[in-house]
Amino acid sequence: MKFKNILMAAVKSILKSRMRSLLTTLGIIIGVAAVIVMVSIGAGAQQQVEQQIASLGSNLLIIFPGASNTGGVNRGAGSINRFTMDDVNMLKDNSTYIKAISPVVRAGAQVIGGSGNWNTSILGVSPEYLDIRSWVLESGEFFTNKDVVARMKVCVLGSEVKKNLFPGSDPIGELIRIRNVPFKVIGVLAEKGQSAMGTNNDDLILAPSSSVLDRLSGGRYINFIQASATRLDQMSKAQEELRQIMRESHHLHDGEDDDFTIRNQADLTDAATATTKVLTLLLGSVAAVSLIVGGIGIMNIMLVSVTERTREIGIRLSIGARASDILVQFLTEAIILSLSGGMIGIFLALGIAYVLNNYSSQPAVIQPAVILISFGFSGAVGVFFGFYPARKAANLNPIDALRYE
Amino acid sequence: MGKVIIETKHLTKKYTVGEVDVHALRDVSLQVKEGEFVAIMGASGSGKSTFMNIIGCLDQPSSGDYFLDGVLTSKLNKNEYAEIRNQKIGFVFQGFNLLSRTTAIENVELPLMYDRQHRIKNPRQKAIEVLNRVGLGDRLDHVPNQLSGGQQQRVAIARALVNEPSLILADEPTGNLDSRTSVEVFGLFQQLNSEGITIVLVTHERDFANFARRIVELRDGKVKNDFMIQNPLIALDELAKLNQMEMPNEV
Repeated sequence: MKFKNILMAAVKSILKSRMRSLLTTLGIIIGVAAVIVMVSIGAGAQQQVEQQIASLGSNLLIIFPGASNTGGVNRGAGSINRFTMDDVNMLKDNSTYIKAISPVVRAGAQVIGGSGNWNTSILGVSPEYLDIRSWVLESGEFFTNKDVVARMKVCVLGSEVKKNLFPGSDPIGELIRIRNVPFKVIGVLAEKGQSAMGTNNDDLILAPSSSVLDRLSGGRYINFIQASATRLDQMSKAQEELRQIMRESHHLHDGEDDDFTIRNQADLTDAATATTKVLTLLLGSVAAVSLIVGGIGIMNIMLVSVTERTREIGIRLSIGARASDILVQFLTEAIILSLSGGMIGIFLALGIAYVLNNYSSQPAVIQPAVILISFGFSGAVGVFFGFYPARKAANLNPIDALRYE
Repeated sequence: MGKVIIETKHLTKKYTVGEVDVHALRDVSLQVKEGEFVAIMGASGSGKSTFMNIIGCLDQPSSGDYFLDGVLTSKLNKNEYAEIRNQKIGFVFQGFNLLSRTTAIENVELPLMYDRQHRIKNPRQKAIEVLNRVGLGDRLDHVPNQLSGGQQQRVAIARALVNEPSLILADEPTGNLDSRTSVEVFGLFQQLNSEGITIVLVTHERDFANFARRIVELRDGKVKNDFMIQNPLIALDELAKLNQMEMPNEV
């Protein structure tokens, strides 16, 4: 039989029982649509996470105190909080791959000022901090190195703090009291929103590290150090350099474990994208299961169809159809069913993605590759699940098939 | 008479039903020459359907040889069987066996679709031609359930003719038809036979067998009788008689 005739015969026999064909393809329609929508939602979530991480400053390096390898010597309580400004200065003087570096001294406190009081965290940092985090000011100005040297009692408010202490008024130039120490507000940060790590970057106050060390934390230890590499592709070099300098600064001998941990944002990005990738995979595979169930539906209906059309098969065999002709006929029907189901499923998915993108907060990013793959997969389902019924039809004995009532 | 088209030598067919062997055919040797019109008769269980299936290449004998057009069929494979059914044999069945919800013309075209060599260049035109030949030129686009039994059987005959076979096999072709329509169908067979087409048909009604030119009687899987009919009935004359009989009743 010519290919055109095979196709026409298949389409005709599908159209002969429209309702059944539609119900048969429904499984594939839902399966394909589910795969595309789920993977697109996963991709949307991944994009969101990536955007959030990029907003943190993607060439960010964070040095935490504490041994990274706890399997070695136990350094005890002394290993915590043992960064000092000496470490920061040493890093600043000796690093070549680092654009900016800042200590972070964290203190939690009740803050009084303006129209009320608010509990928030105060971060003592250097003027480079703004640049490291790629944050921007909404109004006012940031403190300078001079302020740090002079231990000026100045501060910059996060937008959340501003909202709570100075609702509707301009805080610049006002005084707030942090643990009874008066600080002058010189700037307000632009709103950042929730970070990928779940911390609220708007609910904080930035102040010179020296002032926070002196007036609030009452010590010489700093909590961690943040730095940004000059170039994103030199992250690992920058990280290794920081590590060597830190080891020197802490007088660690060869063979001793690091008493600090360096994390870079790329790790974070990787971890977060890995998480969303797993999520996407999970969603996609659940949807793929439904696609396979759809394929079983096709096999089921095709088997019924073979039984129902036994006589037709007998007629075709008696007028000279070969077994291979019958096989191709039924296989073609199965493939057309599953491919048209796949096609409808794709349009359904596009519709759902459109609704999600326009009427919900959950973005769906449709990737052409996913459409192609799921379409191809639906075709493969047709071949796979169509083959058994088709072979059953082809192997019928013509006499038995003709006598079948 | 021309060359031998069907030749069976010591044909036997054995089925095993449960633990009992059933001999459907025992040592059937027969020759049919080109242009013959043979009626095979016999009670049910006499083996006539089995014989038809074997000479129609739908089934293989348990032993013995069957030559179709000089070719020993037991040496052929499944695909060659299919090709013989397609090229050399036209089947007409008792139950018409047309594809439902498929127009007359598409039913008739179907065997041409399975011809791998595409011997007939314009299937549509050929289908129209044979439908005209069986007198259904005005029913081309009717589906089987819009046609009477006689018309359906004519479509089936047209389908059997479309590949220009050397042999038409008909298994109780009038079993589902009333006697008048049956006579009409036999008229068609006689017309085709007079045009040189070999016809072998199975019937269990003596009256209809007399339209043929030779009768082969089977009993218990063996040839019991094989004789020529000196003066076969002419279907056209019988129809005329039927018309005369009906006339007075109608007036």
